[in-house]
Amino acid sequence: MSFVSGESPESGGRERVGDARRVDGNAAGGMFSEIFVPDLTTARAKCAGCGAEGMIGSLPVYAHGMGTVVRCPKCDRVVLRVARTPQHVWLDATGATCIVISRGT
Amino acid sequence: MAPFSRGFRGHRPDAAAAGRLPPGQYETRDFPVLSAGPTPHTPLANWSFTMQGADGKTARWSWEEFTALPHQTTTNDIHCVTKWSKFGTTWEGISIDTLLAEAAAKGIKPSPYVMARSDGGYTTNVPLADLTNGKAWIAFMYDGKPLPAEHGGPARLLVPHLYFWKSAKWVRELRLMENDAPGFWESLGYHNYGDPWREQRYAGDE
Amino acid sequence: MSADAAAPRITWRLATVIDVVPETPRTRTLVLDVPAWPGHRAGQHVDVRLTAEDGYQAERSYSIASPPEDARLSLTVEELTDGEVSQYLSEVLRSGDTLELRGPIGGYFVWDIPVGGPLLLVGGGSGIVPLMAMVRHRNAALATDMDARHRLPARLLYSSRRWDEVIYRDELARLVEKDPTLEVMHTLTRELPEGWTGFTRRIDRAMLEMVAWPPSEQPRVFICGPTPLVESVATTLVELGHNPALVKTERFGPTGGSV
Repeated sequence: MSFVSGESPESGGRERVGDARRVDGNAAGGMFSEIFVPDLTTARAKCAGCGAEGMIGSLPVYAHGMGTVVRCPKCDRVVLRVARTPQHVWLDATGATCIVISRGT
Repeated sequence: MAPFSRGFRGHRPDAAAAGRLPPGQYETRDFPVLSAGPTPHTPLANWSFTMQGADGKTARWSWEEFTALPHQTTTNDIHCVTKWSKFGTTWEGISIDTLLAEAAAKGIKPSPYVMARSDGGYTTNVPLADLTNGKAWIAFMYDGKPLPAEHGGPARLLVPHLYFWKSAKWVRELRLMENDAPGFWESLGYHNYGDPWREQRYAGDE
Repeated sequence: MSADAAAPRITWRLATVIDVVPETPRTRTLVLDVPAWPGHRAGQHVDVRLTAEDGYQAERSYSIASPPEDARLSLTVEELTDGEVSQYLSEVLRSGDTLELRGPIGGYFVWDIPVGGPLLLVGGGSGIVPLMAMVRHRNAALATDMDARHRLPARLLYSSRRWDEVIYRDELARLVEKDPTLEVMHTLTRELPEGWTGFTRRIDRAMLEMVAWPPSEQPRVFICGPTPLVESVATTLVELGHNPALVKTERFGPTGGSV
């Protein structure tokens, strides 16, 4: 799965296609490079909610001014979220069961 | 310090705005939309609002019941932690005082802390004392029209004296708590309280 | 090609604007000299950062328009009505100015010859920029090798509002003329010039069925542009049977109304 759209039964009537503002993991690539040395956009993340897996570059991202929120394209749960304050980067990866990063070898 | 970009101007408040702006803010005439997730579109027939006591007791209103409660118009300046402020925004909503009184009639007792919960999973925590005595509403109209979905409609929490991330969009529940607990942004580096006049943006700010 | 895991951390660099080339009424290309640029792959982008004298900063991402073969880095910028960064890059920035940027960013939405083909590119508005880097790379890398071109054909389906808003319009026409293995199909969604024979609507399932190779050909697909277009096209191609692993997407978010 790299991209799946459509409504899930749990979404309670949420409309995906209407959210023109969302981008994807590609847009967060520069920010991720401040935290991770390898390229995170090619890493695979597994959703802790529904088990769906995808490359982070393909995942819907809400680049909220307060932080970056990466969501599962299937169930909409938060997979990863990052906030940058003046002194720190806060990373919450509890929405991902695991993140698999290629070593490029 | 990063090199200057020739001819690039930051935001400069004009003199008239300066007195009204909390520290570090600039005035905008827009109403920027910031979102941490997809816009919910819960049909009104499925919508309900809940107040839950710390003991688990609940009071619930359907959309018809909710909008039949006495409501007020309020005009406020709002301040976003991303530094924009918007003056004179007009809302119509139900005062949290009204909701607490209605909930008390159903046996729900106050507790010192509140977690607001929204469609889509967003949460934010506010002390009860910051929601009472005319300081907060559940707003369902903005600028004389039904609150648009992108700005949190059908109803959002409105707490103008705190940074606007506390004014949870798409609010569905206020859960009273005996102990404080951090919400979505409060658990990711943002200030637990968020007073714009003391510039409490981030965890650790005085 | 860089081994991603071994790549050095991306740092901010100061580029110099060498040239500014108008493309359409609302877009122009900035040609930049970037000291110690490590090279890039078609599809990658840079983050640009502007700093005002009072310390205020604004950052935006821009796709690289130039292929890796070019000595200089090109960015094509669309002027958005309320965009403080795009306004600056479209109206204030000029040759000789410096521009802070970091990159190249992104290993997911990239194509080069070894990735193979056939190559299907679908773009809307300014989404054409990273796709054009891919077209230019294919052209430069396969310059005189007609056999290689036939083994790696490319199709571009490009949605714009009006003919005068089609970015790289003339260059695409020239490339198509010289290279029978490159096909470019335009669709215009708002206004048509006299005698228009191309598509005249938003990209939909019927158009994709006509333009895309069958899934059995296993085309490498790259879709870029406004988020609703990207999501709708990607969903449709997967519904038509294309392998999701071969369909790469880059959502630009809302645009200034390019489609």
